[in-house]
Amino acid sequence: MNDVAVKTREYTTVREVTGPLIIVEGGEKVAFGEVVSIQTPDGERRTGQVLESRKGVAVIQVFEGTRGISTKGTRVRFTGDIMRLPVSGDMLGRIFDGLGRPIDGAPPIIPEDMLDVNGSAINPAARAYPNEFIQTGISTIDGMNTLVRGQKLPIFSGAGMPHNKLAAQIARQAKVRGTEEQFSVVFAAMGITREESRFFMDNFEQTGALERIVAFINLADDPAIERIITPRMALTAAEFLAFECDMHVLVILTDMTNYCEALREVSAAREEVPSRRGYPGYMYTDLASNYERAGRIRGKKGSITQIPILSMPDDDITHPIPDLTGYITEGQFVLSRELHHKGIYAPVDVLASLSRLMNEGIGHGKTREDHSGVSNQLYSAYAEGKDMRGIVAVIGEEALTERDRKYLIFADRFEEEFVNQGTNEDRSIEDTLDIGWNLLSMLPEGELKRIDDAHVKKYHPGHRKKRVE
Amino acid sequence: MKLNDNNAGGIINKIAGPLVVADGMRGCRMYEVVLVGEEKLMGETIRLDGDQAYIQVYENTTGLIPGEMVTRTGSPLSLELGPGMVGNFYDGIQRPLRVIKDLLGEYITKGVSVPSLDEGKKWRFTPTHDEGVGAIQGDVLGTVQESKVITHKIMVPSGFGGKLTKLNDGSMRVHDTVAVITAENGEEKNITMSHNWPVRIGRQYKEKLAPYIPLITGQRVYDTFFPVLKGGTVAIPGGFGTGKTVSQHQLSKWADADVIVYVGCGERGNEMTEVLDTFPELDDPHTGEKLMERSVIIANTSNMPVAAREASVYTGITIAEYYRDMGYNVAVMADSTSRWAEAMREISGRLEEMPGEEGYPAYLAARIADFYERAGLVRTLGKEDRVGSVTVIGAVSPPGGDLSEPVSQNTLRVVSVFWALDAALADRRHFPSVNWLRSYSLYLDKSNEWLEENVASDFKEIRRKLMATLQEESELQEIIQLVGKDSLPAGDRVKLEVAQMIREDLLQQNAYHEIDSYCPMEKQYLMAKTIIEFSDRASAAVEAGIDVEKIEQVPVKDEIARMKYVPHDRIKQKQAEIVEQIKKQLAPPEGE
Repeated sequence: MNDVAVKTREYTTVREVTGPLIIVEGGEKVAFGEVVSIQTPDGERRTGQVLESRKGVAVIQVFEGTRGISTKGTRVRFTGDIMRLPVSGDMLGRIFDGLGRPIDGAPPIIPEDMLDVNGSAINPAARAYPNEFIQTGISTIDGMNTLVRGQKLPIFSGAGMPHNKLAAQIARQAKVRGTEEQFSVVFAAMGITREESRFFMDNFEQTGALERIVAFINLADDPAIERIITPRMALTAAEFLAFECDMHVLVILTDMTNYCEALREVSAAREEVPSRRGYPGYMYTDLASNYERAGRIRGKKGSITQIPILSMPDDDITHPIPDLTGYITEGQFVLSRELHHKGIYAPVDVLASLSRLMNEGIGHGKTREDHSGVSNQLYSAYAEGKDMRGIVAVIGEEALTERDRKYLIFADRFEEEFVNQGTNEDRSIEDTLDIGWNLLSMLPEGELKRIDDAHVKKYHPGHRKKRVE
Repeated sequence: MKLNDNNAGGIINKIAGPLVVADGMRGCRMYEVVLVGEEKLMGETIRLDGDQAYIQVYENTTGLIPGEMVTRTGSPLSLELGPGMVGNFYDGIQRPLRVIKDLLGEYITKGVSVPSLDEGKKWRFTPTHDEGVGAIQGDVLGTVQESKVITHKIMVPSGFGGKLTKLNDGSMRVHDTVAVITAENGEEKNITMSHNWPVRIGRQYKEKLAPYIPLITGQRVYDTFFPVLKGGTVAIPGGFGTGKTVSQHQLSKWADADVIVYVGCGERGNEMTEVLDTFPELDDPHTGEKLMERSVIIANTSNMPVAAREASVYTGITIAEYYRDMGYNVAVMADSTSRWAEAMREISGRLEEMPGEEGYPAYLAARIADFYERAGLVRTLGKEDRVGSVTVIGAVSPPGGDLSEPVSQNTLRVVSVFWALDAALADRRHFPSVNWLRSYSLYLDKSNEWLEENVASDFKEIRRKLMATLQEESELQEIIQLVGKDSLPAGDRVKLEVAQMIREDLLQQNAYHEIDSYCPMEKQYLMAKTIIEFSDRASAAVEAGIDVEKIEQVPVKDEIARMKYVPHDRIKQKQAEIVEQIKKQLAPPEGE
């Protein structure tokens, strides 16, 4: 930091202002990625970052937008440093804006370190494979799409669906069984409404969780370009808490769709060749540079578990944002509008959802030995039941065989009893599996091919009852 | 290199993401490696314009400043090929990630320069060539036991040849001289255990041969239905969640190749960790040793620099070619080639090139074709005619699972085997989610020939019957959608029953099950044969007037379903028992 003063240079030579970008001439030794402090003719201070540096010309993106910036009288100061976040254990319980400045009225934190917000890639050779089961108390997650520590598992939602409720419930209830360690939560809001933001903060407050939360808030009426940096701020804080302070950190990023919109805005302003739907060709890499900051590191106690939320435009899962996200994250929770309309909470579309790391986190010694079998059986029975609904719609229920009719009923009961639960209902994994068994017991035992015979004998309600008698 | 030489390098003019433009670079060649800035970040020249060179930089360019130096190296992007690669774990430009971790900690920082091969390690070099006689390029001078299963052959590098005037014996380091070759003009050249090879150029061979031996993967849907030959090319396209990566992992675990090169190109860090954690633990069914003893792993995860991602597939295939030249059968898993194509697109965009389809550069098709052409069965250089192969299995990640996009289309044009992963199958947890009606293999005839000779003489016929049943099922399904299953004639209902059996008991395979994860060819055949036996008997039974509902409920069905879990050494006996039960349970009523 010593050379900052030396390298600090101020210019008033803004040549062009276009969208969120300004182009400054005459700057010398401008580093790529350097942070810029801008003063508008009215004296307002803004922050920017160098996107392109040429001899004598620098292209700068202005996080707070370019309104009021003029080609005359605007002062641009190159700080000689890249973007950094002051971090400290005291960040817990604090609220910052999208650029990491405190907005809770309390004084600035005293930094223990100043960290590069872009982070560095974790060496894959240093990662530890995530395999510790996180109990969220939500059956569709714990039972069917298990979350593990160090995983990145997004919620794919749509406008009007209760993704916030679900995320808040996860943040409230998530715990690793057998330990007293609690998750600290890093919450990054990008372009969500004040109402949504308040919902989260109230929720955290009610559960007395505020002192283990760090929030970075960029609201819908805050500058759009700032959203590009918000998740990076949050993840930098998370990395510090996880790998320097040994905490288990749950990061909630919402809404990644707004983040991608900001990315597109900058790309369009730079007249870059777009790929699908006008989003930049590097969006995959860019998203990955955020999502890949989840994980565990060998020899470190802490972990970062990420739950990004994104609303799929028009519920379209093939839209570039959910599509690219799905290719990077380790699975996805997809919310179903159909279930939501039926009044079922949490409306997780079990068939479209997936947790890629589930196999490592479940089974004997982690959850229960029958977990994998029960989950597979529920899955296939529900899939079959849903197929029956399709057939019934065409040829009527009368044409179904006795067996097929059972599956039809199974699908309905599965949604009502297994999927459906209260927003404050915290089910243990045993409860979840037992509800599953209860449902499966309505099918002929011969149909339970995906469960180990020994487990059927041990856990099937029919056998249990016999044993009691 | 003299730094005050005019040609030694230039200075940075512009930085835009991974692209740097430097002035004063006249004389620099296309694809030459340069070191950029004070931190000496590695980069490659990808366009020249007057004095300016456009450079793609393999590391994060944040902090670079116009005016900093760019230093030429004079050589193209090359790998150092020699003993010590098997069992190693590299980034996209062959830097050993474990060494980097030990040197610099958990995060990958910029400007790291570490040798690709362990320079201090001593290898026991055993000469196999005669001293004092002529040696040509490709000749094996001696061997080194690189891992428990790989005997590394030290060959005369390309461009060398003459009389072998000296051949050492003993423990040596990779850069020690193992041999001296005197050329005709009297010039002496020292040969070490390693040499450099430019990644973008395919290694030379004498002749390309037509592949004819199947690569046995132990996965039923591939080996029995859509086989690949050693030296062949495969594309596995599929949207996210269709099991591309699990398929690639399964193939690298079980395929009967001598060496596996696994390229994780722009994929998840945790997946690479999984490979790193499991390969040293898992037994290779072919050698009995651990899988890591035959694997080279290359990782450029999605958050590592994008330009190195572009290079990583070339790094992988070059290493594969090198082992091929020793006479090995090598399989390259590239997961995913779409990320490689996207890296090309990103760089092309920064160069402001006129885009082709969906922003991809116009040379996308040529690059993809080039890459897959490096696969093949070849007769290698050298006096003794060694035969080696490189099989390329490339995953493709089409946006939205839509195969009409340019990367999928250009790939399908050049590969011979297409394993179409299907989201609908994956959604019902049918794994591997290979769609049997859309996939194909152009190697079917060759593979059948081989299988008939080496596994069973009726293999081709059995496979044909299986496929025909599946085809018929799809037609029957359409009718069922309209009229329901009960209205079908009994013969068709049997067909449906058999098709379901093929789908669930044969095509589906559990990668996470101890026994089912790998299915030897013999077992695949016996399982298929059993189902055909059932099919024949059931059809006959229906014709003899047995109620179809009764057939649908015969207990032997459960036995067939559990065949996949029968240990390999017991399968023969078990299969015979099952066939007996089929005969008994589907016997026509007595007295007729």
